[in-house]
Amino acid sequence: MSQNNALFTYTLRLADDLLILSQRLGEWCGHGPILEEDIALTNRALDHLGEARNLLTYAGQVEGKGRSEDNLAYLRMERQFTNVKLMEQPNGDYAHTMVRSFLFDAYHLPLMQALLKSSDEQLAAIAGKAVKEATYHLRASSEWIIRFGDGTEESHQRAQTALDDLWTYTGELFEIDPVLEEMTKAGIAPDITAIKESWSKTVDQVLAEATLKRPADAFMMTGGRKGLHSEHMGFILAEMQHVTRAYPGVEW
Amino acid sequence: MSENPNNWPLWEIFIQSKRGLEHKHVGSLHAADPQMAIENARDVYTRRQEGNSIWVVASQHVHASRPEDAESFYDPADDKAYRHPTFYTMPEGAKYI
Amino acid sequence: MTDVKNLDDIFQAKIDAEQKIEPKDWMPDAYRKNLIRQISQHAHSEVVGMLPEGNWITRAPSLKRKAILLAKVQDEAGHGLYLYSAVETMGVSREQTIDDLLSGKAKYSSIFNYPTLTWADIGAIGWLVDGAAIMNQVMLCRTSYGPYARAMVRICKEESFHQRQGYEIMAVLAKGSPEQKEMAQDALNRWWWPSLMMFGPTDANSPHSAQSMKWKIKRQSNDELRQIFIDRTVQQAEVIGLTIPDPELKWNEETKHYDWGTIDWTEFNNVVAGNGPCNKERLAARNKAHNEGAWVREAAVAYAAKKAKRKAA
Repeated sequence: MSQNNALFTYTLRLADDLLILSQRLGEWCGHGPILEEDIALTNRALDHLGEARNLLTYAGQVEGKGRSEDNLAYLRMERQFTNVKLMEQPNGDYAHTMVRSFLFDAYHLPLMQALLKSSDEQLAAIAGKAVKEATYHLRASSEWIIRFGDGTEESHQRAQTALDDLWTYTGELFEIDPVLEEMTKAGIAPDITAIKESWSKTVDQVLAEATLKRPADAFMMTGGRKGLHSEHMGFILAEMQHVTRAYPGVEW
Repeated sequence: MSENPNNWPLWEIFIQSKRGLEHKHVGSLHAADPQMAIENARDVYTRRQEGNSIWVVASQHVHASRPEDAESFYDPADDKAYRHPTFYTMPEGAKYI
Repeated sequence: MTDVKNLDDIFQAKIDAEQKIEPKDWMPDAYRKNLIRQISQHAHSEVVGMLPEGNWITRAPSLKRKAILLAKVQDEAGHGLYLYSAVETMGVSREQTIDDLLSGKAKYSSIFNYPTLTWADIGAIGWLVDGAAIMNQVMLCRTSYGPYARAMVRICKEESFHQRQGYEIMAVLAKGSPEQKEMAQDALNRWWWPSLMMFGPTDANSPHSAQSMKWKIKRQSNDELRQIFIDRTVQQAEVIGLTIPDPELKWNEETKHYDWGTIDWTEFNNVVAGNGPCNKERLAARNKAHNEGAWVREAAVAYAAKKAKRKAA
């Protein structure tokens, strides 16, 4: 694989995580537990979408085949999406949604902080904007995890269930494969083991304050980075892409 | 009217739009605690870069003057024009005063 | 002790002198009730209005449109929030107000009981529904009740992009492929008349209007606002090459306004009475969100109480 191909794939992975998470969060808009939270959650969806768009546009430039952000978002099929499976998991109750975001935020912030020093100027610039947003996201999702864990018996139970359900999807965030190895060697991607350490520390801290139990690292799901997704993925794309695909080649 | 104890209390939100300016009342919102009130204020009232700093005050802690006191409070200042600089006649030609 | 008649006169004198009424001021009971009803309905309309548009967030045909729509629907949540806060200044909690919506007792704008069937409906809502709403809202920036007027000023500032983004969607569709243009025209056909109904009954059939005008809650009549809306929108439709679905529409050189057809008030009354295409779905969605959010709200209160107790200890 040429370095250019690897950079394209790496950038696309960063983008797809955010795009699919944003798509999921967008489902909440108008259905949140209280107006204030509806607004907060939509801000989160907008931040992720904005970052995804920057990354998709850049991925298209790296690839050099003239694919735009919309081209990449709307005209790829399931097997070509490279997000981790955590992002495509259904929203479930608010605990599942917040735990999913928290597990991602705790990874996303240190990743973006490290990407500031990427030898790739574009990625470093995108990370520069993302760091500020990610800092706020992690703070807000951590607070919700703590509220749930240390709130009522019901909220504690729901948060623990969500954590237990989603834990199996966290391994994928830190998988190492030839693409990542090449990017790390080139100084474009940061050392993922350091990101994992930071993630693990944050998770431990927050769960401790939330009086929640960190699930044991048992079997970890895999496949997303290679385009092997859960059955949810096809429906997400069917919904997201249907209008665009029904009228090919037009402006919106 | 008995309120549901699970309702989030009401907070008054004050936003400073720029460093050096005063914090101005912009509206209110609900939150379970002060920290959440600040974050909700960030999400609700600064979506268009309106803010630089946020104050939140639990609405129950705001005490207001009564409208019926308005006359006795504010009218006595009516006849004290000497508190305003325009009250004074300056000699022609004097500068920087 | 000042008698009520005198208070009434002082109140009306204030209104006539264009002074705002503030929460702690004495006000006639009917004024208070009228305002609570109107502001609540307005708040409910913003919040229920999130549903038909939110329906298309996951399906917006480009990422730019998706971002715009997210931001717009989010604004509606904010507007609902500002307006519920204005109701709270009159001593009615948000919970009480929302309970009336959830139980079906309170009304909201009937326009949101129509379904959004195609992407062009998002354009039509922005252009026509927000366009009609903004006519009312600009007027309400000068309404006599201070907190309502202040909320409206903020809302109008934020709304200014809503109508433009909708019109832009329609403009792009109208100059797009034949299928796109057809989609846009179809959306205009379906949303035109319901948008005109948004201004409410004709002045002759609007019993509360006279009192509302006297109290300067309303400052222009339903028919006046409707006519201005029609005059402006017809021109905008022409610019993008779409046809207003009203065969009687004709410029009247004498009045300098468009003459236009007749609103089907039977349909209007039916939707208001709960028989619109989506009345049940809208209320069900709001109830579901409220009920499923109960444990979340409860958890936050429980945690805040624990934290406060620990801090005090």
